[in-house]
Amino acid sequence: MKKYTETHEWIDLENGHIGISSYAIAQLGDVVFVDLPEVGKEINKGDEIAVVESVKAASEIYAPVSGIIVEVNETLKSAPAKLNPTNWESAWFVKIEIKDKSEADGLKNHEEYEAMVG
Amino acid sequence: MLIDEKNLNKTAVDFPDIPDFDSLLGDARKEKDLELFGLSEPEAMRHYTKLSNKNYSVDGNFYPLGSCTMKYNPRVSEELVNLNGFANIHPLQPESTAQGALKLLDLTASYLKELTGMDACTLTPSAGAHGELCAIFTIRKYLESMGDAREIVLIPKSAHGTNPASCTLAGYKSEEINTDETGRIDLEGLKLRLQKNPEKIAAIMITNPNTCGVFEKDIVEIAKLIHYIGGLVYMDGANFNAFVGKMRPADIGVDAMHINVHKTFGTPHGGGGPGAGPVVFVKRLEPFMPNPRVVFDGEKYSLKDEENAFGRLRTFNSQFSVIVKTFAYLISCGLDGLRQVSEDAVLNANYLRVKLKDTLHLAYDENCMHEVLFDDSNLKEIGITTLDIAKALIDYGFHPMTVYFPLIVHGAMLIEPTETESKETLDRFVDAIKEIIFKAKNGKTDEIMNTPITTPVQRLDETKAAREPILNCFCK
Amino acid sequence: MRFLPLQNDDRSLMMSDIGIKDVEELFLDIPSDIRSKAISSIDLPEGLSELKVANTLKSLSKQNISCDDYNSYLGAGANQHYIPALVNYIISRGEFLTSYTPYQPEVAQGTLQVLFEYQSQVAKIMGLDVANASLYDGASALAESIAMALRINKKKKVILSGNIHPYYLETTTTFIKHLGAEIEIVPFNPYEEEDLISKIDGNTCCVAVANPDFLGRVSSFNGLSEKCKENKALLIVTGSEPLALGLIKSPAEIGADIACYEGSGLCGKLNFGGPSLGLFATKKEYMRQMPGRVVGKTCDKNGKEGYVLTLSTREQHIRRDKATSNICSNAGLMATAFSIHMAMLGGVGFKNLAKLNHSKAVALYNGIKDAKNVKVLNKTFFNEFAIKLNGIKADELIEKMMEKKIFAGVTLNKFYKEHEDILLISVTECNKSKDIAKFITALLEV
Repeated sequence: MKKYTETHEWIDLENGHIGISSYAIAQLGDVVFVDLPEVGKEINKGDEIAVVESVKAASEIYAPVSGIIVEVNETLKSAPAKLNPTNWESAWFVKIEIKDKSEADGLKNHEEYEAMVG
Repeated sequence: MLIDEKNLNKTAVDFPDIPDFDSLLGDARKEKDLELFGLSEPEAMRHYTKLSNKNYSVDGNFYPLGSCTMKYNPRVSEELVNLNGFANIHPLQPESTAQGALKLLDLTASYLKELTGMDACTLTPSAGAHGELCAIFTIRKYLESMGDAREIVLIPKSAHGTNPASCTLAGYKSEEINTDETGRIDLEGLKLRLQKNPEKIAAIMITNPNTCGVFEKDIVEIAKLIHYIGGLVYMDGANFNAFVGKMRPADIGVDAMHINVHKTFGTPHGGGGPGAGPVVFVKRLEPFMPNPRVVFDGEKYSLKDEENAFGRLRTFNSQFSVIVKTFAYLISCGLDGLRQVSEDAVLNANYLRVKLKDTLHLAYDENCMHEVLFDDSNLKEIGITTLDIAKALIDYGFHPMTVYFPLIVHGAMLIEPTETESKETLDRFVDAIKEIIFKAKNGKTDEIMNTPITTPVQRLDETKAAREPILNCFCK
Repeated sequence: MRFLPLQNDDRSLMMSDIGIKDVEELFLDIPSDIRSKAISSIDLPEGLSELKVANTLKSLSKQNISCDDYNSYLGAGANQHYIPALVNYIISRGEFLTSYTPYQPEVAQGTLQVLFEYQSQVAKIMGLDVANASLYDGASALAESIAMALRINKKKKVILSGNIHPYYLETTTTFIKHLGAEIEIVPFNPYEEEDLISKIDGNTCCVAVANPDFLGRVSSFNGLSEKCKENKALLIVTGSEPLALGLIKSPAEIGADIACYEGSGLCGKLNFGGPSLGLFATKKEYMRQMPGRVVGKTCDKNGKEGYVLTLSTREQHIRRDKATSNICSNAGLMATAFSIHMAMLGGVGFKNLAKLNHSKAVALYNGIKDAKNVKVLNKTFFNEFAIKLNGIKADELIEKMMEKKIFAGVTLNKFYKEHEDILLISVTECNKSKDIAKFITALLEV
């Protein structure tokens, strides 16, 4: 199940995938580059874990919960051009091993998030 | 075209035959010759002249780039920097043989101190951002000398990006402070912020007039508040052109300010540089400003290093030629001229404000200083964007204004006409903008969105450039 | 005032359109006591005519003795070179001189293409993949290189060769002081070779060396890059005389990850040390960590080739406190001059100019190498070397030579107080053979 942060990240609590919402991508414009972390890195909730860039903006992606990076989506690095706002929603950036699922309790579900971004 | 395989053996420089000799390069000797494209002399002239024709410039075009102060650059300066006694002197030659150059540096510093009311001046920073860094380093060294470097520098949201970037380099955390509905620092918000952990705040960085083109009316009180908590006030002097001779930063409580001589004092921008970013300081900061300093002992000038200085910013003393041009500009204008410069700059900006306020939407409906800020709130219904207006202006022979900065205003258009434009030019610019909006309102949005069409290339694909960067002719 | 187009009747008309009677009404946001203070306190002369300005500056310029007035062997970070007249002519054209940073690419293709060609030339000269569109100067380029290395491998230990120009070392330590690095500068010793390799370990972030170094020595730094690679440390090569790279191994041939040089010697005249030009190049993999502006090639909507500023998300106007550097204005016009000069020289001319410099320096070396009163300290050099004097201090020698209208060189004690008897001598194509012969005689007579 996906949970959303107020800074537009989502985390799938079942598989540990983290991505950003289509709303955030639409704000950013055409994505030109994605900077991903190293596998094995330990992260705390709120840490910057990746950066996604358009021509004239850069947006940091923060960890919705704490954990360890177990996998990064290398295909994003080579092919940001293939993605548009709709399929970004399903594109994960990193996969983490979640340390404590209860950290996600305060996050929003899909409906609540949609209501927030209007 | 320079980049062409057949140019690999060409040259425009003839050399005498060099008789064989035993070289002393040891094992550093290169094995394979360097390959560089070359041109004969006439081809070089043609190549670069053609390229020059693809540029807009202040010499040829109205260039109202907000925040950049694109004013006329006096040509006498270009001649004077090439005088033998300036152009061919070495930064390390005996000081007794460079007295004229050192005197010129000292005189320029005196002018800048007098105009700002400050006590000390360094000319070493190479550009505006370098000057900011210089000021923050100086402030840090001063605070360290008092036993407390502190941690935070406050910066309004509307500031140039160089401000927070400079703070990071000086080991400070920059913290944004809010602006009110007039684009100015939110004084009440600032007061609240100062209650939180005043002992950690090292300084505030204020651009004044701010990047929205309005004067920070509360500046005297802001400075008092910052001084009260033991912090220092740094003023970004990018907008000095609005008040030269009309206000001395020292009188409003500023402790340090950099000056972009390539903005305010008419030295050319050169397509991106070189600039120079002298910084003026109050007395208590003087011991900590960078090396080297120009010193006069009553008889002779010299360059000296001081022990308490925070360090050094560049290889040699200054962007010397740029300072020569600065000095030539300062003495050309004189005090009367400098005051008139600021008055005309502010008058021109306000003239554009009233002439355009019914066509474009003013971000803040009040008097502006030397630049005027519009936003895009009335463009959406017309069906064009800020970028479209910028590009359409090109076909009228105007360089666009600054767009999408400051970031706090949506679709910002920041117009800085400067004092060196005539009323006729301003009127033509106003007419052009009115015509663009008229066309857009009358079903010609496609035409506007297709501009410019008179340029060597049309709108370029910046996404492609950033996705697969080709940064030189060898990139695949 | 000659720079102002507005006349009083224009001003009146404009004020009436604005709805004010006096321009002072536009300054009311500035507190009135502050304004009055500025009016009453500032004391500066009235403006001058262009003729008077020219005369004032001419008279100041005449209080200097130039390196054209005297025969000059001054170097130590700034070498005098002859620059073809076409270079200054082109950069004096208003289209290059009076344009801004090329934010609007459609009206700045001239500047952008020149910078693209400049980036190509700098990358080629350094042997590396990519170059930026310039930094302020050699010293600040070294500082930026170290800051970049700290970002790349996140290690702390920075090793700086003591043979780098002392002003570069000072600038670098000033600049990176607050970035959390542990800086180790190898003590300067003009007599013995430096051992850098043994200092490198797993904690080393980067190592910086100069080639030619401060004393003019050139090297291939055998084993250095291997040791760096083993320890995942970056190798940075710097210097103030890039012309040497026409004859000596490029930074890439030594194994450099980053190269940064002072380029102003090949742009124009000495100008008392400024404006300057920081050349900067690196490997493609580090492209997004570069400081400064970068030009890239792209197409317009009709498929026509053109150039734009790119990779802007690294920069301060977007990334603010997280930018790779705070730099905004750079050395655009100097980069333009450098690029024109390189295009005029071509590979052939660049090598010939380097060879001419080296041959003249060798001629001076040959003339004094067997002398009793001076000893050349260098085993290798390009166009500059150090001599140790016997029985006279460098300062005194400089004074004596000035009587013969010679700037003999730079004394080392300007940088290192303890070295009072070492003189740095630079020889370039500007030194005529017959003057070099006279200088040799004068040196042998001291």
